[in-house]
Amino acid sequence: MIPTAFEYRRAGSVAEALSLLQEGGPEAKLLAGGHSLIPMMKQRLAEPGLLIDIGGLDELRGIQEDGGEIAIGAAVTHAEIAASDLLRDQAPIVAETAANIGDAQVRNRGTIGGSLAHADPGADLPAVMVALDATIALLGPNGERKVQAEDFFQDILTVDLAEDEIVTGVCFQACRSAAYAKLEQRASKFALVGVAAALSLDGGTCSSARVAVTGASSHAQRLSGVEGALAGASLPDGAGDAASGAGDALDFVNEDLHGSEEYRRAMTAVFARRAIEAAAGRG
Amino acid sequence: MSEPVPITINVNGRKRSAMVEPRLLLVHFLRESLNLTGTHVGCDTSQCGACTVLLDGSSAKSCTVFAVQADGSEVQTIEGLADGDELHPLQDGFWEEHGLQCGYCTPGMIMSAVNLLEENPAPSEAEIREGISGNLCRCTGYQHIVNAIQHAAERMAQS
Repeated sequence: MIPTAFEYRRAGSVAEALSLLQEGGPEAKLLAGGHSLIPMMKQRLAEPGLLIDIGGLDELRGIQEDGGEIAIGAAVTHAEIAASDLLRDQAPIVAETAANIGDAQVRNRGTIGGSLAHADPGADLPAVMVALDATIALLGPNGERKVQAEDFFQDILTVDLAEDEIVTGVCFQACRSAAYAKLEQRASKFALVGVAAALSLDGGTCSSARVAVTGASSHAQRLSGVEGALAGASLPDGAGDAASGAGDALDFVNEDLHGSEEYRRAMTAVFARRAIEAAAGRG
Repeated sequence: MSEPVPITINVNGRKRSAMVEPRLLLVHFLRESLNLTGTHVGCDTSQCGACTVLLDGSSAKSCTVFAVQADGSEVQTIEGLADGDELHPLQDGFWEEHGLQCGYCTPGMIMSAVNLLEENPAPSEAEIREGISGNLCRCTGYQHIVNAIQHAAERMAQS
């Protein structure tokens, strides 16, 4: 499968990428790992006239911690996230989730910025970022803009990112008591249903929680009913009760040959319980 | 619109320069421009892993990389694995343990296994199966491939 012809420019800096984006207008697309974009281009579902390669930019790389806040550059690969001692120690949910994306080759090329910007409904990291209350950093011609993950994901493949903006990274508070559980499509490892839970624990009692789902619906979103039910709940015993209504509360649920709407609603409750139990086990 | 652009890629230790259309995929550059046909095109949809090569030391599906993205990089293909007439331990393992039937997936399978053993020289069976989960084999049922990789890991540990 051969994509339509395009012009290729390798940006030497984020600033150059921004000006190329402006120059290219709606014809321009950013390319880093390319593991969402290139398959779409080969199927001619995407036909950009200009590809701006930002994959090699040092400015978009690196995983840092400063005063409990962890920042990951947009061009960091899933493999690098999975192998990061810093993340394994201070936000194990992120490293574990990245380690279970796709396969080794996909993880070696695919980037966190690409995954978040593409916002596939079955992508894992969006739910984790919503549960961690992450901030997504964007850079555009008017400077930097920061968007909370729960506001960033808006609909299927649709995010709060203007045509002339670049996702530069993501940051969130270190959090050990968080876990992600997914029912995966066996061939692709995309989430049919994936739930991320981040808990604040006081002994065996949950004082507050953020829980987010991916795969089940058009985009990653909070499960606010579950969050409410978790406040004051005794864990892990109360996880099942708190998660029981998770699937029924969703407005829109995907349906395809891998799972009916009814099945995905049922599995949302099951995997919410599993994520909460795993997160509580870390407290 | 898409004028050919110059690229230089170090392929199996040798610098190869060419003018390529930006939409040329790395796998087609390797097979058609360099005649390195050991790297196979299988599904052409980023799933089967038959086109796996090492790109700057890490396994990558060369049907999902544009050749221009690899400009300035190092690529290793199945043709670059043996040392003269001496097979790489993974090639030897596939030979000794009969890790193939039709052989179509084998080059990609071996390149994935190279990546796996570099990161994890003594993988468990489960880790081997996870490590090659991006490579599909429609003949063997995978057991002999797992045996071949274990064979290679043991041989590499001894040397």
